[in-house]
Amino acid sequence: MQPALAITDLTVAYHDKPVLWDVDLEVPASTLMAIVGPNGAGKTTLIKAALGLVRPAAGQTLFYGRPYREQRRLVGYVPQRGSVDWDFPTSVLDVVMMGRYGSLGWFRRPGKAERQHALAALEKVRMADFATRQISQLSGGQQQRVFLARALVQDAQIYFMDEPFQGVDAVTERAIIDLLRDLRANGKTVIVVHHDLQTVPEYFDQVCLINVRRIASGPVAEVFTEANLRATYGGRIAFLGHAEDDEATPSRTEGMLKGVAD
Amino acid sequence: MELFADYTLRMVALGSAMLGIVSGVLGCFAVLRRQALLGDAMSHAALPGIVVAFLLTGQRDPLILMLGAAGSAWLAALLLMSVTRTTRVKEDSSLALILAVFFGTGLVLLSWLQQRPDAAQAGLRSFLFGQAAAMVARDVQVMVALGVPTLVLVALFWKQFKVLTFDPEYAASLGLPVRGLSVLLTSLIIVAIVLGLQTVGVVLMSAMLVAPAAAARQWTDRLGVMIVLAGLFGASAGVVGALISATARGLATGPTIVLCLGVLTLVSFLFAPNRGLIWRYTRQAVPQV
Repeated sequence: MQPALAITDLTVAYHDKPVLWDVDLEVPASTLMAIVGPNGAGKTTLIKAALGLVRPAAGQTLFYGRPYREQRRLVGYVPQRGSVDWDFPTSVLDVVMMGRYGSLGWFRRPGKAERQHALAALEKVRMADFATRQISQLSGGQQQRVFLARALVQDAQIYFMDEPFQGVDAVTERAIIDLLRDLRANGKTVIVVHHDLQTVPEYFDQVCLINVRRIASGPVAEVFTEANLRATYGGRIAFLGHAEDDEATPSRTEGMLKGVAD
Repeated sequence: MELFADYTLRMVALGSAMLGIVSGVLGCFAVLRRQALLGDAMSHAALPGIVVAFLLTGQRDPLILMLGAAGSAWLAALLLMSVTRTTRVKEDSSLALILAVFFGTGLVLLSWLQQRPDAAQAGLRSFLFGQAAAMVARDVQVMVALGVPTLVLVALFWKQFKVLTFDPEYAASLGLPVRGLSVLLTSLIIVAIVLGLQTVGVVLMSAMLVAPAAAARQWTDRLGVMIVLAGLFGASAGVVGALISATARGLATGPTIVLCLGVLTLVSFLFAPNRGLIWRYTRQAVPQV
């Protein structure tokens, strides 16, 4: 089957310093993939390069075998919620309707159909009661769910999410997981920049380990191994308890990772 | 109403109202995009353009001078972007630098022009602080001819400008031509700036962009309402300020309008519900009693 996303030889540099180096990545359709790696590994850059938001020095990105230009309608994007000013004068419903702006055409205003769409998406992320709220009154988790709803109304095939679990409450985390599974059940592909190694095996089917170069990618069961994690994080993280010199490692991680590595 | 029977005052009121609406509306975008300082730099940078346009054509026609002003404001904006992108100079430093260099160039040209014998240049100095009383029908015609299409464009590209201002990267991911839209929006902000040359002058023009928007933001949480309010605030401060300066002898128009705006903004910051300081203060104080 044709992969939902195929990246080949992707290289991105800022001021001559490579942020991504010769990355290849294939994401099968109808899967949930986590992109993990240390800070500054180029995870966000990988997403932005795939979406054409940063210009790569080299490389090619294909969505279902065709370039992004032709497949834009198939792709939805959930940026980091910290990337915008939440004091912007607008309502929750209005932000969600922005997801329809691309398909509305140049001069049509969002109308009843768009409202309906937006309300349905808000329902899915359990934010329907907040539709008329000013966005500055939302908690971090609620902001995140508004961004998810905005991407949902795009009705895309492939979704990119940049750290949707970052600093959210338990309700939001639960809502996002349900949503991800729902999307997968409907044949969608979701690529998520993820920070929490502990939850990778539970939430995702596929994982891509990245640190400027791609270390490994594939099914979690095959790829999410101690050796690969070590190669990705270097000495900055300790695994499986035999790195006694690193006290910062929570014991929960050890157990979780041990199970995976075995 | 006797005021408006006077031809000059009628022109002054009309022109200032047009200016106030356009700069109030566009100022909202400048403020929300955090480009208030860019607006300030661009309005100062308009000065050399005015002088050069006059030197090249020898005419004092408002349209020609405005074109010159818009040209050098654009040049400053482009220069700023390329300096920030290609060098390691930070944006605030390059803003300050470009503002000073362009404005300095304008002042040098102006003082050099001052020594030339032709009488026509005498009026150019008024572009520093504005002189509403000098406005004639031709000025107002040009202002309306530029201002009305500007407002129409904002209405046409409303949803694009909104998402561009709130979340430019997301707008790009939707397939909107973000670069082109940014250029258009910046151009419209420059139109607002050059409309104010005659009335407010280049030195204080940025207040005309920032103050109505900042005041309007206090009263509402909706972009549409904010923009209408900012237009109204800009227009009323513009008209009141221009009329005061046109009737009282020797008051420069720009500073007078800016003072009116200052009062409006202060009232908004103090008394607006929810966001106003007094509202906040009393709400905080109540539970302690």
